[in-house]
Amino acid sequence: MIRVVLPYHLRNLAGVGDEVQLDLTTPVTIGALLAAIEDRYPMLCGTIRDHDTLKRRPFIRYFACKEDLSLEPIETPLPAAVVQGEEPFLVVGAMAGG
Amino acid sequence: MSTIRVLVGTKKGAFILTADGNRQNWQISGPHFAGWEMYHLKGSPVNPDRIYASQTSGWFGQVIQRSDDGGKTWSTPDGSTPPVPGEMPAGVSNKFAYAGEVGMHKWYDGTQHPWEFKRVWHLEPSPTDPDTVYAGVEDAALFKSTDGGKSWQELSALRQAKGHLWQPGAGGMAVHTILPDPKNEQRIYVAISAAGAFRTDDGGASWKPINRGLKSLWELPDPEAEVGHCVHRIALHPSRPDRLFMQKHWDVLSTDNAGELWTEVSGDLPTDFGFPIDVHAHEPETIYVVPITSDSLHYPPEGKLRVYRSRTGGGEWEPLTKGLPQKDCYVNVLRDAMAVDSLDPCGIYFGTTGGQVYCSADSGDSWNAIVRDLPAVYSVEVQTLP
Repeated sequence: MIRVVLPYHLRNLAGVGDEVQLDLTTPVTIGALLAAIEDRYPMLCGTIRDHDTLKRRPFIRYFACKEDLSLEPIETPLPAAVVQGEEPFLVVGAMAGG
Repeated sequence: MSTIRVLVGTKKGAFILTADGNRQNWQISGPHFAGWEMYHLKGSPVNPDRIYASQTSGWFGQVIQRSDDGGKTWSTPDGSTPPVPGEMPAGVSNKFAYAGEVGMHKWYDGTQHPWEFKRVWHLEPSPTDPDTVYAGVEDAALFKSTDGGKSWQELSALRQAKGHLWQPGAGGMAVHTILPDPKNEQRIYVAISAAGAFRTDDGGASWKPINRGLKSLWELPDPEAEVGHCVHRIALHPSRPDRLFMQKHWDVLSTDNAGELWTEVSGDLPTDFGFPIDVHAHEPETIYVVPITSDSLHYPPEGKLRVYRSRTGGGEWEPLTKGLPQKDCYVNVLRDAMAVDSLDPCGIYFGTTGGQVYCSADSGDSWNAIVRDLPAVYSVEVQTLP
């Protein structure tokens, strides 16, 4: 069971709590996880990555196991700790302010 | 007694203000979609409980929301096509894909730049069908949904009206005004910053620029160019859809031939720069603007918030000040932030970037603030309910 933490506004949009859990078949990649999120919560399509190009939106980041996975190819396997449910996969809205 | 419902889009959420026909005691609902930029909300004229809303974010992009109970509950119109595993669900309600070759428009530096969808500025429900709604988007294009907002198709012929010469202004390049002709389903007017006004007479299959008579002395190298004008807003009265009024970047204009030729009617306004323009519900020649100091100073002249009314279709204007701040007021009123109800006497409403929403229940003679401390107001629409 993979644990995913969405940013506040996307939790509200999807109507979910602090964390969602998803079952994935192998290979468990970043792209497969994002597709599973979108399958389960279609209202999130287009809010994390582009509908067609699947390119990550500029102010979205993917963190896991204290690593920034945002720039990794979507074919990249998720860390074992995420696959095993020990650590969550974080979808994060980039910092903005000033 | 009638009920008035005011739909307010702000920088940080949507608010719904309701009152009975006296328009004195208001109930405030919201924020809906707290924290999101709500560019525009508008109800269907044929089913007022159906309201469409544009929800947008610099982080998360575009979302379309729909209510079928007058704004009590909302949902994203469901993408009905089952998703193929591993692929995006087709036909989802926030997908605005330009038709065919994306094409290029003029960029700030004069080079050509590809069209890129950014957000929906304006939603215009059809006057005859609650499932049909138009969306004016940035980068400038017009989309149409015939399934209640579930999916969108571009009316791409609009961008063939010299789209390669359109250029964004400081606020972007967007279709911000959509006016279906209430007497002719085939005719629609749109306005674009910074491209001008356009009209279709065949339901969107073809479009023509309708900018003859506009003069943009400080904005364009050819002040009378066919396209490129920064039209801020156009408005019409349903009884006379060939008669249009325009607030341009500078200048207020009118036409009585569906935009074939425009004539300046700025007259004795203190400044003819501004954003919104609207028409009285029962007097087709009574129009309203909010003069703003200049393109460099986006606040009212002398710090006095004044709506100006003309009862003669422009030319002669009177300031309306009773109940509005007449000193130290430095707010702006954006293009989509003025609306009228259809009661008698007609109610006039506008919102400010300072978060006030003002109502006049006597056609502008006097004003009261319904609310004073909302986030910056982007849009105001009014529904008159039986």
